[in-house]
Amino acid sequence: MSDLLEVSRLAKNFGGFTALDGVSLSVARGERFGLIGPNGSGKTTLINCVSGALAHDGGSIRFGGEDISALPAYQRTRRGIARSFQIPRPFHSMSVLENLLVPLEYVSGGSEDEAQEILRQIGLADKAQTRSNQLSQVELRKLELARAMAARPRLLISDEAMAGLSSNEVGEVLEILFRLNATGITVIMIEHIMQAVMKFSQRVVCLDAGRIICEGAPAEIVANPEVQRAYLGA
Amino acid sequence: MLRFVAGALVALGLFAALPLFVHNEYWFFAGYVVLQFIVLATAWNILGGYAGYVNFGTGAFFAVGGYTAVALYKAFALPLGLQILAGAAASGLLGFGVGLLTLRLRGIFFSIATIAVAIVLETVVVNWSYVGGAKGLPTMRPASTPLFDSYTVWLFFVMAALALLSVCIARYIETSWIGRGLRAIRDNEGAAECSGVPTLKLKLGAATLSGALMGAAGAPFAQYLSFIEPSSSFSLTYAVNALAMPMIGGVGHWVGPVIGAVLLGTVQQWATVRFQSEINVLVVGVLLVVFVVAAPEGILGLARKLFPGKR
Amino acid sequence: MVLGAYATYELVGLGMDPVLAGLALTPAFFLFGLAVYQFYYATFERRGTDQGLRGIAFFFGVAFIVQVALILAFGVDQRLVEADYIGTSLEFGDTRIPKRMLVAFGVALAMTAALALYLSRSFTGRAIKAVAQDEGALRLMGADPVRIKRWAFGIATATCAIAGSLLIIVGPVDPNLDRLYIGRTFCVVVLAGLGSMSGTLVAGLILGIAESVVLSTVGTAWAPAVAFGILLVVLGVRPAGLFGR
Repeated sequence: MSDLLEVSRLAKNFGGFTALDGVSLSVARGERFGLIGPNGSGKTTLINCVSGALAHDGGSIRFGGEDISALPAYQRTRRGIARSFQIPRPFHSMSVLENLLVPLEYVSGGSEDEAQEILRQIGLADKAQTRSNQLSQVELRKLELARAMAARPRLLISDEAMAGLSSNEVGEVLEILFRLNATGITVIMIEHIMQAVMKFSQRVVCLDAGRIICEGAPAEIVANPEVQRAYLGA
Repeated sequence: MLRFVAGALVALGLFAALPLFVHNEYWFFAGYVVLQFIVLATAWNILGGYAGYVNFGTGAFFAVGGYTAVALYKAFALPLGLQILAGAAASGLLGFGVGLLTLRLRGIFFSIATIAVAIVLETVVVNWSYVGGAKGLPTMRPASTPLFDSYTVWLFFVMAALALLSVCIARYIETSWIGRGLRAIRDNEGAAECSGVPTLKLKLGAATLSGALMGAAGAPFAQYLSFIEPSSSFSLTYAVNALAMPMIGGVGHWVGPVIGAVLLGTVQQWATVRFQSEINVLVVGVLLVVFVVAAPEGILGLARKLFPGKR
Repeated sequence: MVLGAYATYELVGLGMDPVLAGLALTPAFFLFGLAVYQFYYATFERRGTDQGLRGIAFFFGVAFIVQVALILAFGVDQRLVEADYIGTSLEFGDTRIPKRMLVAFGVALAMTAALALYLSRSFTGRAIKAVAQDEGALRLMGADPVRIKRWAFGIATATCAIAGSLLIIVGPVDPNLDRLYIGRTFCVVVLAGLGSMSGTLVAGLILGIAESVVLSTVGTAWAPAVAFGILLVVLGVRPAGLFGR
C-alpha cells in the first residue's frame, strides 16, 4: 500500500526568491506527521502547494496514488485534503454553524446535525449561532479546525493551530487532533511548540530555507545539531 | 420557495389587472423604468452583492441586450419574447467572456474590465451603421398588441414579469447552497476554495447570469422608446444606478435592490420632470456616497437596527 | 485629472501660464489628496476587511459626482486655454511638431523622472514601494503604513493637477473626458505592470503610438476603444504586464 501523500522534488519560486528547493517527503496513511522549521523556511509554502492554494513550479504531488499537480484547490479538498490556516480566515458574515455548512455542502454532503456534532467535539457548540467575526482568537482557531474537519478529510493539515494559545488550550487542541487521528485521519502538524510536536508526532521533518535538513523520530530531530543551528542561528 | 413563486404569480396577475384601474399611460411609461431598474439592480446584486465582484459596466450589458434585439428584429422581425431571449443570451455570453478573462485575477481587474468592455462596445456600435451608428435607429412597434390595448402597457407587463422573474431567481440563489458558496467567496475566497467551493465556476456562473438578466432588461428598450441610440443606452447612468440601488437598499438580500430601485427610480422619474437631468443623476451619486459612508448595510441594515428581531 | 484641467482653465483665465498654473495647483491637490485618503481610511479600512466593495463604490461615486458637478458648472462644451506655445510649431524639414506637445512632453518626462528618483532614493519613496509588498514588515521598520499610503495618495492627486494642466494645454477639455482617461490610465498601468515607473513610460509610448496608428488608418471613431482594447488583451494574455513584479 503506497503512502497517502507523496511529494517529489517540489519547487516553488517567488520572483528571485526560492521558497522550496526540491523538497521530497512521504506521509503514510494514518500517520501523525510533524513539520517543523524556523520562520521563513517554507513550511506554509509547502502546505499551500500541497493544498493547491499556490501553483508549484516543479516536482510533483501524489495523493492516494493519484497525481494531483494539475488539480485546482477545491478539487483537492474534495479528494480529501483539508487544511486550517495559520491566521484564521473565517467567513465573517456567517455564523459559526454556517461556516461549517460550506465544506459540508460542497465536499462531504453532510447535514446540519453533523455540523453540530463537530462543534460539540471541538467545544464550540454553544457558539453555533454566533457570527464568526465576534469570536475570540482561540475560538477562531478551533473554528479553523472544525471547518477542516467538516470536509471529512483523509489528510488534515494543521498550520500552527496552537500558536499563542495557553497550555490548557494547547492541550485541548492536541486532544482533538489525537482523536481525529484515532478515527483514521492522517494528520500533518506544523508547529513551533516543541512539546506538542514531540508528544504528537510519530515522525518529524525539519525544513530550513526551502530544504529538508533532517527527518526521523521526534527525539532524534530535537537532538540534531543541524536543527538546533537552524532555530538558534549559527 | 414554491410559496414565493406562487406569490410572484399572484403579483403578476395584479400587474395585469392594473390597466383596468389606471388609465393614464404616463404611469405605465414611468413604471416601466422603475421595473427595469429592479431587474438591473437585482442582476447587479447577484454578482456584486452576493459574491463581491463589482460591475461598473452595466450599461454595456444593458445596451448589448437592446442592440441584439434591434438587430434581430430588423433582420427577422422576431417577436418580443425571442428578442428578450436573444438579448439575454448575448449579454450572458458577454458576462461569461469578461469573467473568463478576469475572474482568475484579483477582483479589481474584473471591475476594470467591465469599464473597458462598456467603452469598447459603445465604440463598436457607434461605428456600425446597420444598427444606426451614432445617430441611432428608430424602430417600429408591431401593429398588434397581445393582451392589452396599448403597446406601452404590454411592455410594462413584460417588464413586470421580468422583474418578478429576476427576484425569484435572486431569492432562490440567496437561500440555496449556491448563495452560501457565493457568500463564502465574498468573505474569503482563499478559504472558500480550500473548503471545496469551486470558486471560478461559481463566479463565472454568477457573472453570466447577471449579464443575461441585464441583457433581458435591455431587449425591450428600443420598443419602449421607439428609438435606440448609443449614448443613452450605454449611458453611465445605468452603471451608477445598478450599483447605487443595491448598495442603498442593502446588498446580500434580494429585497435590497428592489427597495433601492423603487425608491431611487421613483425619485429620478419625479426629478427628471422638474429639473435638469444632470441634477437627478447627481442626487444618485451623492446618495450613494452618503450611504456607503454612513449606512453600509443600506436601508435594510438601518431597518434591522431599528427593528431588531424582524427579518 | 479633469478637475485639474478645469482648475487650470480658471487660473489661466486669471492670467497665469498653464504650466505654472498646474504647478501652483499641485500643493492644493496634494492636501486634497491627503484629506480624501484620510476620510477613506477612517471610514472604510479601519472598519474591517470586507470594505473593499464599499471603498470602490465610494470612489466611483465621488468620481461621478465630480463629473456631474463639472457639467453643471461648465456645461458640456469644450474649454481650452491660450499661451505662447499653443498654436505654434517647430519645423524640421517636412515635419512639424506643435510646440504645446513639446511642452507637455517635457513636463511629463520631467515629472516621471522626478517621481522615479523620489521613489527609489528617498526614504518615503521607498516606503511607498514597500507598503505594497509587505505592510507588516514596514510597520516593524518604524514606518506607519497609513501615513505612507496617505502620502502616496496625496502625491498621486498632486500629479493629477499637473497632468490636468498638461491635458488642457494639449487639447480642449470637456467633463466627459474622464471616462476616456480612465481607460488610458488603466491601460498604461496594466500594460506596464504594477509597480514599475519606467514601465509606465514605455507603456505610455506604446499606447500613444497605437492610438495614432488607429487614428490615421481607421479613423477617429475607433480611437477610444484602443486603450481599452489593449487593456483587455493584456489582461487575458499577460496580466502581470510587461515589467510587472
